[in-house]
Amino acid sequence: MTDNSFDPAAAGLRESATFDRRTIAAIQHAARTGIYDIRGGGAKRPLPHFDDLLFLGASMSRYPLEGYRERCDTDVVLGDLHAKYPLRLATPVTIAGMSFGALSGRAKEAIGRGASAVGTSTTTGDGGMTDEERGHSKHLVYQYLPSRYGMNPDHLRAADAIEIVLGQGAKPGGGGMLLGQKITERVAGMRTLPAGVDQRSACRHPDWTGPDDLAIKIGELREITDWEKPIYVKIGASRPYYDVKLAVKAGADVVVVDGMQGGTAATQDVFIEHVGIPTLAAIGDAVRALQEMGMHRKVQLIVSGGVRNGADVAKCLALGADAVAIGTAALIALGDNDPALDAKYRELGSAAGYYDDWQAGKDPAGITTQDPELQLNLDPEVAGRRLANYLRVMTMEAQIIARACGKAHLHHLEPEDLVALTIEAAAMTRRPLAGTSWIPGQV
Amino acid sequence: MGTLTSETPSVAADVAAATVPAQAVPAAEVSTVDLARSSTRELNSTLHAEPEGSTRAFRVTHPVGTHSLAVGLRGPLHVTIEGHVGYYCAGMNQQATVVVEGNAGVGVAENMMSGRVHVTGDASQSAGATAHGGLLVIDGNAAARCGISMKGVDIVVGGNAGHMSAFMAQAGRLVICGDAGEALGDSIYEARIYVKGTVASLGADCIAKPMREQHLAELAELLSAAGRDDDPAEFTRYGSARTLYHFHVDNASSY
Repeated sequence: MTDNSFDPAAAGLRESATFDRRTIAAIQHAARTGIYDIRGGGAKRPLPHFDDLLFLGASMSRYPLEGYRERCDTDVVLGDLHAKYPLRLATPVTIAGMSFGALSGRAKEAIGRGASAVGTSTTTGDGGMTDEERGHSKHLVYQYLPSRYGMNPDHLRAADAIEIVLGQGAKPGGGGMLLGQKITERVAGMRTLPAGVDQRSACRHPDWTGPDDLAIKIGELREITDWEKPIYVKIGASRPYYDVKLAVKAGADVVVVDGMQGGTAATQDVFIEHVGIPTLAAIGDAVRALQEMGMHRKVQLIVSGGVRNGADVAKCLALGADAVAIGTAALIALGDNDPALDAKYRELGSAAGYYDDWQAGKDPAGITTQDPELQLNLDPEVAGRRLANYLRVMTMEAQIIARACGKAHLHHLEPEDLVALTIEAAAMTRRPLAGTSWIPGQV
Repeated sequence: MGTLTSETPSVAADVAAATVPAQAVPAAEVSTVDLARSSTRELNSTLHAEPEGSTRAFRVTHPVGTHSLAVGLRGPLHVTIEGHVGYYCAGMNQQATVVVEGNAGVGVAENMMSGRVHVTGDASQSAGATAHGGLLVIDGNAAARCGISMKGVDIVVGGNAGHMSAFMAQAGRLVICGDAGEALGDSIYEARIYVKGTVASLGADCIAKPMREQHLAELAELLSAAGRDDDPAEFTRYGSARTLYHFHVDNASSY
């Protein structure tokens, strides 16, 4: 029997900083099961983040706008460089790619409802396009992924934009394995695989070998769709300066940079926590690459990976992004990790606020599951309204900050509006440490 | 390749009526698009503009290795390309018959859904990559990764196929009438492979399997459809051992 009243610290015991209890548990799990920990939810350890930046609201040297009376516009056009029909969104907060398979059909419907209600876009994922998603998404971005699961030229033409995925922030350079417990007959059918099989997905596209081929691939997709749709290229943040330059050179209309705080349906914990660079560190390099090519604001930049609120949105835009994308935050808005489901989460060995076993397919919120019974726990209309509310709040929060900085459009935010709270953030964003003019690395 | 611009074509499509019927095309009018005078965009937009169900035949001249020719076709058109083509020729084909009278670059018939693509020469790597359906015939050799991630297409290679062919192949049939390179069928799922010649090595989870009557019959159909008279009895069948379908640590080195 375990004595729960025992207090190790009171007994003079001291935990190892290197082999702390979490590390010990991970070693024991590996030794017991012979498989690494797979989970969703993105990076968990503290990383330099948007919270390490502060806005300089207007006082004397800058002139603020009157809240609620003077306009602060939020619209954004994505992909107007080459495409006949660029996306025209009412807010720069978009929904990142999440697959049917990883998410339930009801969750995809809810995302479509919520995003459409505020005039923004949703994005498919590995596994193809569903009727739920296309039917409820006013603006739908269709991902062209290495696995090409469910890739269909009819869906390519039915989409509003095409996103060539080269990597994602949670695992740049990595493929995937969607465990068999989520592979129902419908998911398996869409992916041309037997039901219940652990689905491996490749880490790179099967028919091209680098940036020179990417230019040709973009050309093929443009030809197939008669140059009508914007072509996005999504990269996991690791070497964003070079990757963005190559993507632009290859002809991308929009570049999506996903930082390491980006979520994932399921991948190795060691990958999530140890590969890639923080979102905050990626933005500056991506913007610099665009500026050096004379393509900033011509090829749009979408930033994703840990964006949570309007302040994060405003900071991304101030650093030079044109829009942001949210994934994990959208799932939370739908109802993921809802405290009302705490008892259900505890039955799974987790708790509300901690649940990240999205690969297991047992999500009581009905979001990251294919279980037909569990899916009924999600009402797509209610969840869609929750997501719409959240998106509106984020947009309004960003407007509040922008007005305080004297801006009549979110895109008027600029690096000058920001200072850094930590030396790390100052170095990564090339903004001065608050109260100083010091930017690490600059004389 | 001018992939960065979308300027309006300066030269009108050179679509001229001809009287010579294309190969395997019923007596019908054949239109010619000369790529020495017309652009890739003009060719593809001309083909895309055909009404639904059109069986019109086109002859494309002077391709000189150009990329993305005859991509995204959606109906039972007949397109004959006289010469070598670049990357992704006939990509995502649906219903159309595309004949390349020459060699094809990377990813010919990429993600084809249905129809028929016939390369009379050799094909570069990733021929038929991720293709869901239809028939891809390569009279000559195919380079590495032929049929990579194939999802239901049938591919018949008259000559040899390079290394890692049918890598992660999910469904469909790959027929190699010559020899296969190393790591054939690595990480294969439910696709079936028939090889007449030698196999340099098998990839992870790929094994030789017995040729039963049903396999001899389906192979005979595939060879016939490709216009070949090889004896099915001379082929060996390969497929998945299915040991990688569910992760097990003892197979970790195979993933």
